[in-house]
Amino acid sequence: MKKLSVRRRHPLAALVVLLLALAATGGLYATLAPADEAQAEASAQSLAIEEGKKLYDVGCSSCHGSGGQGSSDGPSLTGVGAAAVDFQVGTGRMPLQQPGPQAEEKPVVYTQAEIDQLAAYVASLGPGPSVPNESAYDPSAGDAARGGELFRTNCSQCHNFTGQGGALTHGKEAPALDNVDPRYIYEAMVTGPASMPSFPNSTLPEEEKQDIIAWLHAVNTADSPSPGGLGLGGFGPVSEGLFAWTFGMGALIAVAVWIGARTAKARKS
Amino acid sequence: MSSRTDQTESRNDSSGDHLPDQREGGAVAEADDPFADPGLPPHEPRRQDIDERAARRSERTVAFLFTLSMLATVGFIASYVAIPIDEIVFIWPFGHISGLNFALGLTLGLALFCIGAGAIHWARTLMSDEEVAEERHAVEATPEVKAHVLEEFAKGAAESQIGRRKLARNTLLGALGLVPLAGVVLLRDLGPLPEDKLHHTAWQEGSLIINEATLQPLRPEDITVGSLTQAMPEGLDPHAENFHAEIAKAAVMLVRLEPEDIKDPRSAEWGHEGILCYSKICTHIGCPATLYEQQSHHALCPCHQSTFDLADGAKVLFGPAGHPLPQLRITVNDEGFLQALGDFEEPPGPSFWERG
Repeated sequence: MKKLSVRRRHPLAALVVLLLALAATGGLYATLAPADEAQAEASAQSLAIEEGKKLYDVGCSSCHGSGGQGSSDGPSLTGVGAAAVDFQVGTGRMPLQQPGPQAEEKPVVYTQAEIDQLAAYVASLGPGPSVPNESAYDPSAGDAARGGELFRTNCSQCHNFTGQGGALTHGKEAPALDNVDPRYIYEAMVTGPASMPSFPNSTLPEEEKQDIIAWLHAVNTADSPSPGGLGLGGFGPVSEGLFAWTFGMGALIAVAVWIGARTAKARKS
Repeated sequence: MSSRTDQTESRNDSSGDHLPDQREGGAVAEADDPFADPGLPPHEPRRQDIDERAARRSERTVAFLFTLSMLATVGFIASYVAIPIDEIVFIWPFGHISGLNFALGLTLGLALFCIGAGAIHWARTLMSDEEVAEERHAVEATPEVKAHVLEEFAKGAAESQIGRRKLARNTLLGALGLVPLAGVVLLRDLGPLPEDKLHHTAWQEGSLIINEATLQPLRPEDITVGSLTQAMPEGLDPHAENFHAEIAKAAVMLVRLEPEDIKDPRSAEWGHEGILCYSKICTHIGCPATLYEQQSHHALCPCHQSTFDLADGAKVLFGPAGHPLPQLRITVNDEGFLQALGDFEEPPGPSFWERG
């Protein structure tokens, strides 16, 4: 202790004290940080909502109303949740290009950051499904065989047995599911876009959604094996019959004509 | 110039040589019969008939096709042995397909096609192609033959005494008439009669409603507006022997509508707070009619597009279905689970004679 007090007028004493003070401040900051961070997050969240509101006013409010209450041109967005926004805007279905039977998939207008802000704003209007974590829709973690069973019970009536899509009424359609980002498949199941019914986690739990995604991934991507090949759209007897009757019968008729044709003669007059 | 061409020219000659020199008082020159049978065109030899080198070339072509067929058959056997059954290869434009399927189909197809093509080429170039006309002959027998047969028949009938021995004749007719009944009786073995099985399902008063996805009983709060849930009665084991026979009658779907959207008051009363439970077996020919458009509350059958309005007692809006989908009366039990208040009021599924 003596030694320390003796050196209190050492030229480096001020530096040492400064370092100690800095360390103490850092330690104090570290203990207080969680509260600050939460505050920072909350303010980032409110900032996102604010930015989302600005984007919403410009791009969405003409149909969905100034506060998301809906109008004659568009449904209410109260309670649809962030997942619905991420799906509709992230696949280009929204903003709507023109009125029609159904919003078509088209090039995406907003950046992912803007979509997140819009989603934050719409989620603030009422509780609804949030954007899922990546672990919830990772195809490699699901059971494809179980997913196939679930798909045939719950989805195949509209989307066909391997997700090739199909027609609905009045010009609407169930889209083909090949090469759809697993996140959007998950969000569509949770939110039920357009004519599609929703499959909430209360009746179709997360793991089962993951199984369905795993199955679609196994049968419906560009790399999925198809032992027979040439699926003709996977529509079953309609396209297969059309192919057989036009190309198969056409080839048989051509061969029959060749068999019955006059043979080449030695001389032509 | 061949003789055929000479004939053609003499008939169709328009040079005027065969016309009368001048017109005489309306008399018309007798023209050839325009409908006369021209007969077969004169035979023309093929190159292979005249030129032995061309014939040998044809023979080599035929032999090449048959050899190709042999090689393809060997290739078929070789690919059956060599290619593993689960090998997936990429072949444009078919995509990722089974290599074995592709190789077997290609080689067997080639082997069969080459046999056919070789035979046809042989027939067209080397076998004789002389045209031969064969006249049709009368179908009817000659009067002598007919008279002889009738005479023999009458003689046989008289000798058998079938006209005189009436007892023998009538018992024979009786025996021949009864024998087919044995076959008719055997039709009974086509299956047990359905009795009243079509009128009853596995639903009973108090049956819990089991979610087909989770195999857990459903609570009303699980089912959100706009959702679709496939369900079955409790007590059905998906691995039991009779499961498919039972689920084929008992399968239901649950939807939840805003109570003010339900048009049919009886339907609303049979549901629970807007949750409606309908049979999902189409009343046309029994496909699962679960193609549910949640915005319009229409359920369609994917087989023949029968459309049911789930907001209006599943009334048929369109398509070949003859009846609305039967609705199951449901309620909530003391523990908060949904349960049935009994079986369907009418038989679910397609119509049948005794359905009424």
